[in-house]
Amino acid sequence: MDASVRELSYSQAIQEAMALAMEADDRVFLMGEDIGVYGGAFQVTGDLVDRFGSERVMDTPISELGGAGVAVGAAMTGMRPIFEFQFSDFATLAMEQIVNQAAKMRFMLGGEVSVPVVMRFPAGSGTGAAAQHSQSLEAWLGHVPGLKVIQPATPHDVKGMLLAAVADPDPVMIFEHKLLYKMKGPVPEGHYTVPIGKAEVRREGRDLTIVATSIMVHKALEAAEALAAEGIDIEIVDLRTIRPMDKDTIIASVKKTSRLLCVYEAVKTLGIGAEVSAAVAESEAFDYLDAPIVRLGGAETPIPYNPELEKATVPQVPDIVAAARDLVRGKR
Amino acid sequence: MATAKKKADEEQSNLPFAYRQYSTAELKEVLRKMYLIRRFEEGAEDSYMRGLIHGTMHLSIGQEASAMGICMPLTTDDQITSTHRGHGHCIAKGADVKRMFAEFFGKTTGYCKGRGGSMHIADVSIGNLGANGIVGGGIPIAVGAALSAKRMKTGKVVVSFFGDGANNEGAFHEALNMASIWKLPVIFVCENNGYGMSTSTERSTAVKNIAERAAAYSMPGVIVNGNIFSEVAEASHAAVERARAGEGPTLIESKTYRYRGHSKSDRNRYRTKEEIEDWISNRDPIMLFENELKEFGVIDENGIEAIRASVRAEIEAGIEFAKASPSPQTSDLANFVYTEQA
Repeated sequence: MDASVRELSYSQAIQEAMALAMEADDRVFLMGEDIGVYGGAFQVTGDLVDRFGSERVMDTPISELGGAGVAVGAAMTGMRPIFEFQFSDFATLAMEQIVNQAAKMRFMLGGEVSVPVVMRFPAGSGTGAAAQHSQSLEAWLGHVPGLKVIQPATPHDVKGMLLAAVADPDPVMIFEHKLLYKMKGPVPEGHYTVPIGKAEVRREGRDLTIVATSIMVHKALEAAEALAAEGIDIEIVDLRTIRPMDKDTIIASVKKTSRLLCVYEAVKTLGIGAEVSAAVAESEAFDYLDAPIVRLGGAETPIPYNPELEKATVPQVPDIVAAARDLVRGKR
Repeated sequence: MATAKKKADEEQSNLPFAYRQYSTAELKEVLRKMYLIRRFEEGAEDSYMRGLIHGTMHLSIGQEASAMGICMPLTTDDQITSTHRGHGHCIAKGADVKRMFAEFFGKTTGYCKGRGGSMHIADVSIGNLGANGIVGGGIPIAVGAALSAKRMKTGKVVVSFFGDGANNEGAFHEALNMASIWKLPVIFVCENNGYGMSTSTERSTAVKNIAERAAAYSMPGVIVNGNIFSEVAEASHAAVERARAGEGPTLIESKTYRYRGHSKSDRNRYRTKEEIEDWISNRDPIMLFENELKEFGVIDENGIEAIRASVRAEIEAGIEFAKASPSPQTSDLANFVYTEQA
């Protein structure tokens, strides 16, 4: 197995997963805006149209609502569409089909139908694209029963979780941070899956648990290395799936470390951090807490254009270092 | 003899489409289904008044010829998406009124096991992909089903029913455009009953006829009198043939009228009693169809009465079945949210 592990970028890993899924199953096809000869706004589909043709790597008009609805209808009737939103922000144009149709169809029809659609959302800030192309809306969809919502943080996970999503009988929403697309990491060849609904402990530690999502996993790992020099030992839980959330892994980690810091890019209030905090506060881990729970999330503003302002909008490594240090040293 | 046959052929060719296309038995069955739709809705309304059904419902009484005419050329494998005013489509596609009543009563024997109710009634096994609570929600879904049919080469066609209100939703325009560029086997059926809730099409819609919007998407736009079964069926046959031949979608505007209010909260303050009375007295689709059937000697008054009696019995049995059926357990609340749960 090791011999077959190569370094791939996050976007190459997605592309490989989609190619494998299409090779294995004729029902799988890709839909999205400019994913054919253009290769996708972030070149994730790349040259797949040359291998699979324009029927299976299918350009849609700029019609997010209609396109999402076509994907839902195709999924209900035997196909396995993977629908790419050009930017996750454009999910706002398709909320009707995602929230009212895809999520609820199986339930409303008493289990007589399933909707095995995968939707991919390039998300997050850091590209200078300003307020309408930089949002992190995963918690919006995480609020909807019937959907599964995942945020893979590594090339290995995004390939395995995308393959798990294609095999899943229910709608799966994948939020891909745009700054991760070029990040490289080890990716096994061939087909494998990474389970939806399971968090991963990325780093073991005893002083503090950081629960992080997506790109914040990497920032948290960097912060943990910096703090290791100060003798602070941090455990990092990569949440990976926000619905259904793996509360057991979070609770077990907090029982071990007695401190919790949540780090995520989306707007801080009413978000993932609140849910992770509540999961701990409502569990037996509450009695183990030695300090208040702290959340580091996005500012209560739209994402600004100016690069310094943009960086200031979302948690950065020094913010995580400072918050973690304060928590462990009892300043909170 | 030759002259007599020629004369008979000529007479035959002068008959409206339905009487050339369908056998006597088929025409009688159409009448029976139209009665079944009407009596089903009357039975549902009555059960609602008695407190046996909660929530709300949107009745299509007065639109029966439209549902039946459109569904006539469809096979069991063909698919439809329907609307909040979808009871007629459901019955026309072949649903069992027992299980429809059971759904309205919220019972486990209902089509959606009591989870959907009137607004989500479906029977996927016979190609009804479901009514929909969102105006225009089913239109892109129908295009997706048509895409599946084309890709998997199943030969199926898909009909998307919607009302005049939906023609001003973005989903309508996006869906028609995609169906046209991809030449998909889908038929868009706008049942124009004159009002989106209380707002007349005159006040809501920039074009006089919704069918005119087909031109924007390079597909045929056909206007039919939705209260005349034969006219609707003829347009549907042509559209289904075109779709099956791989020539792409059609938009049919079926002009009709609903006798009842939009839903149970409607006070009917946006139209006159005279207007409603005129449609009921002079343009009722069942009455018009019966008159034709009698005129062409397909059925007599005794035959019609037999149909009415059989429908009455079927409705009564359906309501009894629903009443006697078990309610879901609250412990099963989470069923059907995710496949692994149930």
